[in-house]
Amino acid sequence: MLDVRGLKKVYEGSGRRVEAVRDLTFTVEAGELVCLVGPSGCGKTTLLKCVGGLLTPTAGQVTLADRPVSGPPPGMAFVFQEYGRSLFPWMRVAENIELPLKQKDLTKSRRRELVADALESVGLTDAAGAYPWQLSGGMQQRVAIARALAYEPDVLLMDEPFAAVDAQTRADLEDLVRRLWRERGMTILFVTHDIDEAVYLGERVVVLSASPTVVQEQLKVDLPDERDQLHTRVAPRFAELRTHVYEQIQAAKRGTPEDAVTKSDTPPPH
Amino acid sequence: MRGTNAALGAAGLAAFLALGEAVPRLGLVKEAYFPPTSRIASALGDELADGGFWSALGDTLTGWAIGLAIAVGAGVVVGVLVSIVPYLREATASTIEFLRPIPSVALIPLAVLLYGTELKSVLLLVVYASFWQVLIQTLYGVQDVDPVAEETARSYGLGTWARVRHVLWPTALPYVMTGVRLAAAVALILAITAELVIGAPGLGQEIAVAQTSQAVPEMYALIVVAGLLGLLINVGARAVERRALAWHQSVRGEVAV
Amino acid sequence: MRVLLRLFFVVALPVLLVAVWWAASSGSTDPFWPPLRTILKTFPDVWTADRLRTDVLPSVLRLAAGYALATVVGIGLGTVIGSYRRVRAVCEPVLEFLRAVPPPVLIPVIMLFAGIGDTMKIVVIASGCVWPILLNTVEGVRAVDSVMLETARSYGITGVARLRDLVLRSASPQIFAGLRQALSIGIILMVISEMFAASNGIGFTVVQFQRSFAIPDMWTGILVLGLLGFLLSVVFQLVERRVLGWYHGLRASTRRSQ
Repeated sequence: MLDVRGLKKVYEGSGRRVEAVRDLTFTVEAGELVCLVGPSGCGKTTLLKCVGGLLTPTAGQVTLADRPVSGPPPGMAFVFQEYGRSLFPWMRVAENIELPLKQKDLTKSRRRELVADALESVGLTDAAGAYPWQLSGGMQQRVAIARALAYEPDVLLMDEPFAAVDAQTRADLEDLVRRLWRERGMTILFVTHDIDEAVYLGERVVVLSASPTVVQEQLKVDLPDERDQLHTRVAPRFAELRTHVYEQIQAAKRGTPEDAVTKSDTPPPH
Repeated sequence: MRGTNAALGAAGLAAFLALGEAVPRLGLVKEAYFPPTSRIASALGDELADGGFWSALGDTLTGWAIGLAIAVGAGVVVGVLVSIVPYLREATASTIEFLRPIPSVALIPLAVLLYGTELKSVLLLVVYASFWQVLIQTLYGVQDVDPVAEETARSYGLGTWARVRHVLWPTALPYVMTGVRLAAAVALILAITAELVIGAPGLGQEIAVAQTSQAVPEMYALIVVAGLLGLLINVGARAVERRALAWHQSVRGEVAV
Repeated sequence: MRVLLRLFFVVALPVLLVAVWWAASSGSTDPFWPPLRTILKTFPDVWTADRLRTDVLPSVLRLAAGYALATVVGIGLGTVIGSYRRVRAVCEPVLEFLRAVPPPVLIPVIMLFAGIGDTMKIVVIASGCVWPILLNTVEGVRAVDSVMLETARSYGITGVARLRDLVLRSASPQIFAGLRQALSIGIILMVISEMFAASNGIGFTVVQFQRSFAIPDMWTGILVLGLLGFLLSVVFQLVERRVLGWYHGLRASTRRSQ
């Protein structure tokens, strides 16, 4: 479905040259929920923006459904960390969700239907007529998710979407993402710096090294599909997996990326 | 980056001047109406060598400076008084809202009758127009005073005067500076308008004289001077304001973190 | 009770001021300061329906035309200049200079080209009003949030939709600040362009009264100009409150959460 091959991104400006992403290769299968996790400042956002066609990589290629990505592809939706700056404050919630649909060739009634359906999915039917700034942070991010859902993307890219909301809201939103993924069978690429979140949400976790970024490890999360905050997080297997990811990230931070890199799918430790 | 921007800006300015030279030379507009840049420049040179020009410039600046000083003083005093005397803010709101949008040029006939072409005519217009800018900003500024700081000052038994001096004034100062910047620009516009329309001595009157005597290049030269004067005032006022604001934000930042 | 108190605050001072004016001027023999009673008595005689049609209406129409022209040109050019960094760098010094030229000095220049008719007045008003609108639009367009721009890009919102639903909406608070400044400049230019050379209009009429020493009539003219300024500002505020309702709400909500 989504194929990232040899991705490299170097920022150049005012005489400085910063290599944010060195060499990244990974694949996301159709219908998979993959979490990218790495130490803070490791170029996660850069990577996701390259995947989403918002940045042009210096080298390497991103392909979506066998077509190379050169700009934002129509089958992709992006959920940003800064929900307050991603929703348009001059439009009501329903208008915000409808706006991207106007670019598609849809009838008005079909647009209405998609908006209502998306709002219902995130449990915000009552907020359709409110302005985003009248809602709490968690609700605003739900609106942003609803906007992405209504767009009916093949792939949903989420860039640390819950980094700016409080812990309880965060847990609710994590469950929402799991539920939507299972209901709608979307492909989701989810970037986070939170190890627990990555393990809890993902079917697979891609651990990134410190900047300049390479893939440190790929890990299959063999937790049951049915997950909940209460039981999953105290399951012994969850603890093992998160400990393993934590160790990998610590190794990445110590900055011996070249030695520690394991580009193949490493089977999880038992 | 900054170097490139400056170069682009200089290029833009050069293109603007070159266009001013080329358009009349190519006969796109009548030279009598729009003299080429070089003729304006030489007329400007003649003006600069002329004592009359300098005294006109002095007159304009005098009217501007005195008027601005009166407006700033009155605006700040009235603004602070209205804010700290109980109920005065509510009681004056409607009057301010009514008087503020009255165009100052409506007073031109009255100024002519009362003071003729004296400096007072200019001052009447300048003060009326710029007073509101300062007053409104001062009111905003006082409104912005942190209630916690105000409570703290009160709980430590600071008197009214001490509260004004240590709590209210530092908070309101950046706003007052914004008011001064806006007022400085408005004051120049009204000073030159008064000279132009009423005939009080100054750059505006020189422009009117140049116009009636068909001295077109001189007229353009004087307009350029008026523009440069405005530019200097804007740049100067913005520099002063930025200083006041920078201090303000650094203080706020420390409190907020 | 609260309503009555608020009403009292709104009305008290204006009533007091008018009363003071009335009392202080009632026995006035100074020809320049006629009694308020005389001014008010003169008012209906001077500002008849006929005069409103022949003098007030043309003034307001010129103002409207000049202001509208400045709005279209200012927002249009401002959007272009604000959208391209290089264009902005090239234009900045020239714009700074042109903005700093006190607008009334343009009247003699524009008279050279456009004579003394309506065209001259409309061009004068437009050329004075355009700068605050233009420069504020540039600032507003430049300051569009980067995350919003990326959001629009990722959802394929481009071209006209991007301009209409994102760029101009996001810049609208600044654009309105410019429009407000432009309105007061426009009124000033409307009046003095008529004082310079005209055969009708409020500015022309008021100066005629002054020159013929019809002092109470002149005072009524000053009142009319004041009323016009006030009315236009009220209309502007109503429009602004409608268009920028979201902005005031957003500001209030961020202030509360601080």
